[in-house]
Amino acid sequence: MIDGAVSGGLRLKALTKRFGSFTAAESVNLDIRRGEFLTLLGPSGSGKTTLLMMIAGFLDITEGDILLDGMSIAGMPPEKRNFGMVFQGYALFPHMSVRQNIAYPLDVRKRPKAEIEARVDEMLDLVQLQDFGHRLPGQLSGGQQQRVALARALCFAPPVLLLDEPLGALDKKLRVEVQDQLKDIHRRVGTTFIYVTHDQEEALSMSDRIVIMQKGRIEQVGTPEELYQKPRTRFAASFLGKSNFLTKDGALYALRPEKIDIAPKGAGQGPNRVSGTVRAMTYFGSVLKYDVTVPGMDEIEVDADAWRGGAPLAAGAEVDLSWSDAAAVRLERD
Amino acid sequence: MNGSPLRRIGTGWLLVLPFLALVVALFLGPIVNILWLSVTDPEPGLGNYAALVTSDNLVGILWTTIRICVITTAFSVIFGYSIAYAMVHVAQGSRNQMLSLLLVSFWISVLVRTFSWLMLLGRKGLVNETLVNIGIIAEPIEFMRNELGVLIGMVHYMIPYAVLPLLAVMQNIDGRVLSASRSLGATGQQTFWRVYLPLTRPGLVAASLLVFILSLGFYVTPAILGGGKVLMVAEYISVQILVTLRWGTAAMLAALMLFGVLALLFLMSRFMKLSTIFGGAKA
Repeated sequence: MIDGAVSGGLRLKALTKRFGSFTAAESVNLDIRRGEFLTLLGPSGSGKTTLLMMIAGFLDITEGDILLDGMSIAGMPPEKRNFGMVFQGYALFPHMSVRQNIAYPLDVRKRPKAEIEARVDEMLDLVQLQDFGHRLPGQLSGGQQQRVALARALCFAPPVLLLDEPLGALDKKLRVEVQDQLKDIHRRVGTTFIYVTHDQEEALSMSDRIVIMQKGRIEQVGTPEELYQKPRTRFAASFLGKSNFLTKDGALYALRPEKIDIAPKGAGQGPNRVSGTVRAMTYFGSVLKYDVTVPGMDEIEVDADAWRGGAPLAAGAEVDLSWSDAAAVRLERD
Repeated sequence: MNGSPLRRIGTGWLLVLPFLALVVALFLGPIVNILWLSVTDPEPGLGNYAALVTSDNLVGILWTTIRICVITTAFSVIFGYSIAYAMVHVAQGSRNQMLSLLLVSFWISVLVRTFSWLMLLGRKGLVNETLVNIGIIAEPIEFMRNELGVLIGMVHYMIPYAVLPLLAVMQNIDGRVLSASRSLGATGQQTFWRVYLPLTRPGLVAASLLVFILSLGFYVTPAILGGGKVLMVAEYISVQILVTLRWGTAAMLAALMLFGVLALLFLMSRFMKLSTIFGGAKA
């Protein structure tokens, strides 16, 4: 660890934000553990950014409270909270060099020059931009700018780092690379990361815990595996990964496409079995995706392993679908 | 296809030729004429320019002009900055209202605005009468027929010109950059001095240049509000042409102002791209 992060546990108590008659966040209760990588995941308008801006201090709280290590920080201006923040689009200071950008938080705290220089060097090392200190932000690529924003936000060793869709502007390949770097930096600095995204893959691959949000409320909280394997609501099951929904004995079940076996008609085995017709097959390289029409049910999506699943079945083929009892997860509500 | 690009350029020139001729004849021609007059009238040589060193009168006028222009520029830009800042930070509706008020002032003739000040600030004007009647002052304040009057009139006229370039720059500032500054621990004041002000620098330079250059040529306001006691270059030139008929001196002063402005632009271009100042694409 570069700096002992001495604190960083946050508690949101019945946090509510209303804009006129519109409720952007409704009575959100959440404990954020010291040092964890927590992701707020949801579609646009789900309240995740509102929540982040209230934590940062840029939005007033309508009701409720925010506690940092047990002390209320509601009503405290952003500059007093000492939280680092990485903005969408990075928001680097265009008139300052990379070094000046990173030194800024220490500069405004009037720290001694030698200390600032040493710390900036350390941060440039952390984000691997040693040779770029004297460039202006406009002379860097998107990925490099993103790393400068991260170094600047971590420079003053904040207990909490807030990240607002920091990878949104990067292309897909670069994004995966930066995800790994981000995860690595989190491990090394030990700061609490609160990460906002609408990208479910990002959330799954990086987080210690994910908070799925919808319409200003928390839908479900858990580790990526808990949320993927045991979604409690239809929204959670469909927003994080893909899912088929079945009704059986009046209850709603979620069934992941890759947990269904597909076989030519008559060859299916297992306790749960239906027959149908392949409407379409799409080839994704490692995965074959089948859309299967089953009489009396919604269309069922099946992901088959392209290597082990045998020869591809063409559209129009009659097939058997089967799955184990454990594969279908009973949902608590719609 | 060897000669084709050349031929294309040739055709292009042919198309703009009439307008080019018009510009040369109506714009460059008179300028050359003035430059010519300044070294030939009343006799060939640099005698007119030599007067800049020898004549105390001329030096005094130039000095007054520069002093008034600098002070006008400073106040116009400071007031303009405040107004533009307010306009950017109020609601859209109020901003449009403020912008219309600003534009209305462009449509009122400088003569009308100058005479309004005469009525407000004269010895028997509204301001002095009121102050005397409520007993704050015993004698009317001399607002007019001095530099103070000229400055008040010129600053008032120039503020809208300062506001517009500043407004354009301020509207383009990304609010997230300011939020970032706050989140990194800077107070509102620190954010203003370290981030906001430097980011508006192109606007400040553009506004200053615009106001300063326009002020150099001011004629009506100094003539009326200065009451003949504050002589600036433009008025002096007109006296040389209309009254004393020393066209050589007038032409010399006109040439001097032209070169002064060009030198100023050249100096600025060494520090920053002029295109960014005048609203061109960012480098």
